[in-house]
Amino acid sequence: MSIGHTLLGLLEKGPSHGYDLKKAYDERFGHDRPLHYGQVYTTLSRLLRNGLVEEAGVEAGDGPERKRYAITDAGVTDVVQWLGTPEKPEPYLQNTLYAKVVLALLSGRSADEVLDVQRSAHLRTMRELTRRKAEGDLVDQLICDHALFHLEADLRWLELTAARLGQLSEVVR
Amino acid sequence: MSALLEAVDLRKSFGPTPALDGAGLSVRPGEVVAVMGPSGSGKSTLLHCLAGILTPDSGVVRYRDVELSAMADGERSELRRTDFGFVFQFGQLVPELSCLENVALPLRLGGVKRKEAESRARSWLERLEVADVADKRPGETSGGQGQRVAVARALVTGPRVVFADEPTGALDSLNGERVMQLLTTAAKETNAAVVLVTHEPRVAAYSDREVVVRDGRSREVEPVR
Repeated sequence: MSIGHTLLGLLEKGPSHGYDLKKAYDERFGHDRPLHYGQVYTTLSRLLRNGLVEEAGVEAGDGPERKRYAITDAGVTDVVQWLGTPEKPEPYLQNTLYAKVVLALLSGRSADEVLDVQRSAHLRTMRELTRRKAEGDLVDQLICDHALFHLEADLRWLELTAARLGQLSEVVR
Repeated sequence: MSALLEAVDLRKSFGPTPALDGAGLSVRPGEVVAVMGPSGSGKSTLLHCLAGILTPDSGVVRYRDVELSAMADGERSELRRTDFGFVFQFGQLVPELSCLENVALPLRLGGVKRKEAESRARSWLERLEVADVADKRPGETSGGQGQRVAVARALVTGPRVVFADEPTGALDSLNGERVMQLLTTAAKETNAAVVLVTHEPRVAAYSDREVVVRDGRSREVEPVR
């Protein structure tokens, strides 16, 4: 995920300082991977250097002074451009599981076993996500669904491969 | 906890083709077990043998330590009506009856009076969020509603085991998920076991564990931590 664009997008609501931006990011997008403060400040410095944000005063508080940042017109243009650019579809051509299956077949080990163990691991993760989805709100549901559909795609490939192991074995040997 | 329902080394052929070739499965009370595998692998045959609908050529099915094959046909039918519930891919509701009457039917067949049966059926329809279709016929409901009615009918007798064969196969993702949520939640609340035949991983993710059937043989993988 492009942290810079995401922070810019959050700044469109109004000026904010690093701490609040981190909080907003973590709440909305950081579910399993919250930002480090270091990442926030490095990113903000870069955005500042590139003229996509500007300083908008300093907030005095109990702790250290906190700089507020505001998005610039160039920053808004950058966000608009980012939103309009499709994410590159992942080609998924480097497949470790496929390599394991082929190597198992080549070495006379059980490729079924490789696939079975992987299925079990995938389903375990899918169960956790399904539970989390049932207990969560719409945001949780959408995030978990994204993961679930991807894991399901892996499993569909796995089942197809399991059904074609005989054929594959003849091809690779 | 010991097995509620258990199948050991089942073999079953239809003509020269073996559908089951040494399959087994064990289910504990309150547990949801997914039976997965490709089309034609034997998973539905395994379910039918577990439910006493089909008799295996060899091997044993035990329910509460009693062998199904040792029971008379009438006893097995009675067991299916009192202790087992069924949900199939296409609801299989009786088209001439209202949804309420469909859900009440297993109770009526067990001798429960109409008023009592319909009152219990109505509370299950409410629980499955389809009380509004009670007076409609199955043909007048959507696929998702019909399948929830089918789940209500499977659970109304308080079964110990629910057999669900591709219960969401005819539904879209959202309806399928809701049906799975309602089915597994209701089963957990009543401590009923569920044997869930599915080839859909996202449906299997509602189970506690999975058994994979391939070429008539079942296989359970010990989780790797």
